[in-house]
Amino acid sequence: MADIAFLLLIFFLVTTTMNTDSGLSRQLPPMPDEEVPEDDIKIRERNIFLVLVNKNDQLMVENELMDISDIREAAKEFIANPNNDPDLPAKTPLEVPYFGTREVTKNHVISIQTDNGTSYGAYIAVQNELVAAYNELRNELAMQRFGEKYTDMKGEADRPKKDAIEEIYPLAISEAEPKNIGGQ
Amino acid sequence: MARFQRSGKKKMPGISTASLPDIVFMLLFFFMVTTVMKEVTVMVRLRVPYATEIRKLENRSLVSYIYIGQPRSTEVYGTYPRIQLNDAFASKERIREFISAEREKMDENERPKMTVSLKVDNNVEMGIVTDVKQELRKASALKINYSSRQGDPFDNL
Repeated sequence: MADIAFLLLIFFLVTTTMNTDSGLSRQLPPMPDEEVPEDDIKIRERNIFLVLVNKNDQLMVENELMDISDIREAAKEFIANPNNDPDLPAKTPLEVPYFGTREVTKNHVISIQTDNGTSYGAYIAVQNELVAAYNELRNELAMQRFGEKYTDMKGEADRPKKDAIEEIYPLAISEAEPKNIGGQ
Repeated sequence: MARFQRSGKKKMPGISTASLPDIVFMLLFFFMVTTVMKEVTVMVRLRVPYATEIRKLENRSLVSYIYIGQPRSTEVYGTYPRIQLNDAFASKERIREFISAEREKMDENERPKMTVSLKVDNNVEMGIVTDVKQELRKASALKINYSSRQGDPFDNL
């Protein structure tokens, strides 16, 4: 009897899902100090990847109208800058464990600006595509060096490897100050 | 030679109730383990958007929730999207209060790890979300999570 009871108990314990929450995690920038004028921090034009989403959920990426399905490739091109294009972010040499010295687009920033009327779903779709761009680049790199996908690396043992990859492709999606674009 | 004999009529043996306490205890334990003590009743229509690059939120006790969406009972609260904190609708000015109350509940050394999960309906406009984000920045609750489900993000549009 006791065996059956334990069996059932374990069965329930294993099968009940505690409705785990999942989503896209982000870090908000701290509120700027009142005294420091905002224009103090100037980021060079070539280091910014500006994504505007208007109230009709249309995208303008780097001053060009773009379909949401193309943004992933554009973002990958921007983050990695494989051909050292002078219009894409500047590369600086960086000493990274496992990889040695590598040229890294350390100072790049992806900035998303939305209108008050943009739908939340569109915003999340754009965010998702941008994270996907990072993850694809990181996966490629991890595959080359470690023969394993970045997104499959779990547990503490892989932590240094993940850190190294994150140093080469640092996630820099800025939660920009709200602006009213596209007019209401 | 031995013979088996059927004695009298066939009778169904009654179900033994000796195991009843076991079962009851088992269920008790089961419910004790699985129940979450305070679950708020969501008062907004909530269909969180789809995304593919999602990560699981660990450590429930460090997560606070903010719900944004159209109220369920539109005849009482109207159709305009509202912010729900705990069990009631609130204005965005109340968010700072809410965050400090949530902080109080946590262990002191765990407070920096606090995450705010934004459960926002797919069709809400960004204006209200941006307002909430600005309030969270003011309250210096900077770790946020846009709650989403596994699925094709292009279905959001």
